[in-house]
Amino acid sequence: MDHYKFRVVKNHLVQFLVYLALFLALVPLFSILYEVVVRGFSTISIEFFIKPTPTVGEVGGGVANAIQGTLITIGLASLIGVPIGLMSGIFLSEYGESKLSVVVRFLHDVLMGIPSIVIGVFAYALITLSIGFSVIAAAFALSVIMIPIVTRTTEEALKLVPMSIREAAIALGIPRWKATVTVVFSGAKKAIVTGLLLSIARIAGESAPVLVTMGFWRWWFAGFDRPVANLALDIFIFAMSPFKNWLTLAWGSALVLILLVLGISVAARVLTKGRY
Amino acid sequence: MAVKFDIQNLNAWFGSMHVLKNINMKIEENAVTAIIGPSGSGKTTFLRCLNRMHEITPGARVSGKVLFNGINIYDDGVDPVMIRRKIGMVFQKPNPFPMMSIYDNVAAGLKLNGIRDKKILDAAVRRSLELANLWDEVNGALNRSGASLSVGQQQRLCIARALAVEPEVLLMDEPTSALDPIAAAKIEALIRKLAKNYTVVIVTHNMQQAARVSDYTAFFYLGELIEYGPTKQIFENPKHELTKRYITGEFG
Repeated sequence: MDHYKFRVVKNHLVQFLVYLALFLALVPLFSILYEVVVRGFSTISIEFFIKPTPTVGEVGGGVANAIQGTLITIGLASLIGVPIGLMSGIFLSEYGESKLSVVVRFLHDVLMGIPSIVIGVFAYALITLSIGFSVIAAAFALSVIMIPIVTRTTEEALKLVPMSIREAAIALGIPRWKATVTVVFSGAKKAIVTGLLLSIARIAGESAPVLVTMGFWRWWFAGFDRPVANLALDIFIFAMSPFKNWLTLAWGSALVLILLVLGISVAARVLTKGRY
Repeated sequence: MAVKFDIQNLNAWFGSMHVLKNINMKIEENAVTAIIGPSGSGKTTFLRCLNRMHEITPGARVSGKVLFNGINIYDDGVDPVMIRRKIGMVFQKPNPFPMMSIYDNVAAGLKLNGIRDKKILDAAVRRSLELANLWDEVNGALNRSGASLSVGQQQRLCIARALAVEPEVLLMDEPTSALDPIAAAKIEALIRKLAKNYTVVIVTHNMQQAARVSDYTAFFYLGELIEYGPTKQIFENPKHELTKRYITGEFG
């Protein structure tokens, strides 16, 4: 009986520690959200969503150009990064255990660990130096950050689809590639979309590579060979500035960035929601 | 009776493991042939060699000939995809496509092979579900998830899915081992019905099942074909000592 009591106490102790850890992990998350929502909310007005960055000394203004620019940059980066990431994920999961796949997997892990500023400098050397500070260069840098995340999550998602589902499709006389892109993919859809969202959220919040490849831009989109405004970089620039108006805008931008990522995430989940 | 499969000197390997040794046998058309034998005797591998599913496992290898309607399916220039369309397969564990409705599960083989005409698909789905003795149970609920059915119904759904692409042969790998006796009895009745128009090859661990459903029985042991003949003869008057010991339950 004593032994039993000891086990009960042990159980409660471990349970307490687990809840404590959960609480400690949630404290920073909620305090950040609270701060951003409270401070950001007061800056938000209609003007905030329809006007571009104000000049120094100007009153009011907004982040409409940064929302536009962020969407363009993320969209362009996804256009480059998603197909490459999905394809390499399919390669790693479906086309087996060759020496090549071991090397590819290792390189993706390395790529995932490279600091984003280094990737930014790489894109700067490769693209910015030849065509100038531009949204193309920034999108390229962000796509390089994206690719390993998409690849590895796609690979893991596809591997979770049971072999029996692939075999069922192949036994119906369906070519391997078709079985992969239809039956296997539909089974892994949710996990793949989650991976895509993770990678998009990640690049939406990147400021260092954006700064190196595109720089700060106060105006609207003016062509793919020119920079665009960017929310994450705006937060950095605004927050570092001594101007009261820009400091307020920094909080607003932070709130909009969080809502934007949340919005993309919710939209993608609704769109890919299966019937079962 | 016509010969559907003429298997000549068939050998199969997984890596360096020799799992099928020099199999020679002929399989009759529109009959049920049962493959029996203890675990590890190569029954499933043999079945998977008949529609070239064996080779999709990494490291798997085959030698010898499998003549299907007189054509060696292992000849260069024979497309395994076309072979699998003619030779359908039902697996041990029911494996309906989890994200698809009952209708889409049955229509999957046709849809993915490019058939879009709703009338053709509707007719094929109905015909296949009727053939698989499932139509009466799911009629009116074709939009429900395939995974929502009972396990026994799922297995009949998988049979319907295989039948929808109009194969000539149905290979069944222990199709009732995951099912309760009542669901298994339904599948057995279905197998007898299908044998009128299809060639069925069934791997089974259950000797009573082999005796009930099959016209011919082949006994495999350690990768070799020990004895093959009409089911009645194998069970009542086995020629080989090993066969006799296996069917009387001395080992297995």
